[in-house]
Amino acid sequence: MKKFTLHEGLVAPLDRANVDTDMIIPKQFLKSIKRSGFGPNLFDELRYLDEGQPDQDCSQRPLNPDFVLNKPRYQGCSILLARKNFGCGSSREHAPWALEDFGIRAIIAPSYADIFFNNSFKNGLLPIILDEAVVDSLFQAVEANEGYQLTINLEKQVVIKPDGTELAFEIDAFRKHCLLNGLDDIGLTLEQADAIRNYEASRRQTAPWLFS
Amino acid sequence: MAGKTLYDKLWDDHLVSENSDGSALLYIDRHLLHEVTSPQAFEGLRIAGRKPWRIDTNLATPDHNVQTTDRSGGVDSIVDPISRIQVKTLDENCDSYGITEFKINDLRQGIVHVVGPEQGATLPGMTVVCGDSHTATHGAFAALAHGIGTSEVEHVLATQCLIAKKMKNMLIRVSGKLGLGVTAKDVVLHVIGVIGTAGGTGYAIEFGGDTIRSISMEGRMTICNMAIEAGARVGLVAVDQKTIDYVKGRPFAPKAEQWEQAVAAWQNLVSDEDAVFDQIVEINAEDIYPQVTWGTSPEMVAPVTALVPDPAEMTDPVKREGTERALHYMGLKPNQKITDIQLDRVFIGSCTNSRIEDLREAAAVVKGKKVASTLKQALVVPGSGLVKQQAEAEGLDKIFIEAGMEWREPGCSMCLAMNPDKLGAGEHCASTSNRNFEGRQGFGGRTHLVSPAMAAAAAVAGHFVDIRDIISA
Repeated sequence: MKKFTLHEGLVAPLDRANVDTDMIIPKQFLKSIKRSGFGPNLFDELRYLDEGQPDQDCSQRPLNPDFVLNKPRYQGCSILLARKNFGCGSSREHAPWALEDFGIRAIIAPSYADIFFNNSFKNGLLPIILDEAVVDSLFQAVEANEGYQLTINLEKQVVIKPDGTELAFEIDAFRKHCLLNGLDDIGLTLEQADAIRNYEASRRQTAPWLFS
Repeated sequence: MAGKTLYDKLWDDHLVSENSDGSALLYIDRHLLHEVTSPQAFEGLRIAGRKPWRIDTNLATPDHNVQTTDRSGGVDSIVDPISRIQVKTLDENCDSYGITEFKINDLRQGIVHVVGPEQGATLPGMTVVCGDSHTATHGAFAALAHGIGTSEVEHVLATQCLIAKKMKNMLIRVSGKLGLGVTAKDVVLHVIGVIGTAGGTGYAIEFGGDTIRSISMEGRMTICNMAIEAGARVGLVAVDQKTIDYVKGRPFAPKAEQWEQAVAAWQNLVSDEDAVFDQIVEINAEDIYPQVTWGTSPEMVAPVTALVPDPAEMTDPVKREGTERALHYMGLKPNQKITDIQLDRVFIGSCTNSRIEDLREAAAVVKGKKVASTLKQALVVPGSGLVKQQAEAEGLDKIFIEAGMEWREPGCSMCLAMNPDKLGAGEHCASTSNRNFEGRQGFGGRTHLVSPAMAAAAAVAGHFVDIRDIISA
């Protein structure tokens, strides 16, 4: 997994609540058996005016000029500012894959759907939770200032505004540790193989029908 | 010390280890797989040179991509080459690791959340995971069941465990008698309307109360299935005699002495009298009417007798803008009668409502009637080959076909339109599925979520009607 330590980037505002995973990456792109290449289809139905198909050359498709990520001032953005309940809906990890492939390294929102939140950490994508009022003020700042950038310091757990103001955020110690070091969960869990075997041995006694 | 909730008990029973920051290693008893979210997990396993920890806990079936028309040619008969490769990849992965799979032409193939309970592969007290958010369905059996992402699919394959953090406990207690024509689907849509699409985020929701006890296992599955649409990864119903009767004799269920032992253990799978919930929501069954969603989130729902809401009357700007956007997408006007919404297609199916009871309810409504001539299509897609077989034994297929509906092969079908069954742009669909997101059932498609009986009645009328008027007439 890609490490996440310090990141400075251009912020793009996606001003709508309950952005669902069907919106982030529509179903026809889930037919891929690969993990990469979803970036051109991120927000496909919002981003393009036609219906996208898998394995299509997206550079020839008509863009929706009103969609925020198509606006010239947000080209090259790597931080997505969003509203509450971002990533609701399905468990598709294609959603964080698409965001990551597009170049997004962090999201800032008041809340996330649980499965999306969890999936993001597995892919080096940092979902930051800030208060709704703070997120509101960031929306205003981004819209008022072209080229608005934020810096994220994961070690210190702060988002740093251009004027140097720091916005603190919470993150689980374990998730932070994995992100900072780019650690593979599976390798860590397998270090506990004996504990898993011990659990199985005792469970086999109390619930043998789960092992026959 | 306070008693434990059902969720607390399930959590404690599966705890392998716990860290000081609250993250824990949870043991997984059943892992269900389908073709969409597993290929990258198997690939990851191979690249890392790892092997599945316990093959026998895995059960797979292709469901999202399969066509619901003739499939006698097997996997090669899937027309879309990308879909075909995905289903073949599942077949190859299962074959190479020795994982039990019900392939496209197996009578037991179907939607993974219909297949698990039907086979007794989902048992009370288990942890059940699948790379699909509607895994919450299995909580109807007092199993701790939730959706996971592909990285976690790989993690479960490799370690038989998940890194998890304990959720909070919510009790939704539904009390009283449901009105005529009001079904489990209406109960859960009503609940989502009350608590909102993020109301359950961070919680495991237990559905309790005498109304839930009165609902069949199929209905409980419908309710738990949509816990995720209220933001909760986990929906639960305590064990009672209905649970045990449903499981008994199913192919994967315990037999003989082990059956007796299991049933004794399962009696404990209820929340203790003195258990403490972080939140309790009380719902009166008599307040629940047949529901129809009018917007692009499951929380945008109203009784069939209501009017489409007017954003001008909303004070919260985020909600107002969301409603305006939804009405624009749905092609609806504020204060329009829901019963005036004209339909183009009807879809009866999905992991929410494709079980035998759902099909019986729909068939009872269309029996001897014809679907409206204004409708382009009315699809009935059973949840599994075994559901299809049962429905045909009862003559339900003939009722649907005589009414002018299409009787199909099992799969996810138009719920998410990864196969050829989809809505055209601008088309309105009465659907028994679970999500009304923009584009969910097809690019530009407009989904209205309803119960099977309401979908069937809408098919006959060509627009929404109050099922209670039909039943009482």
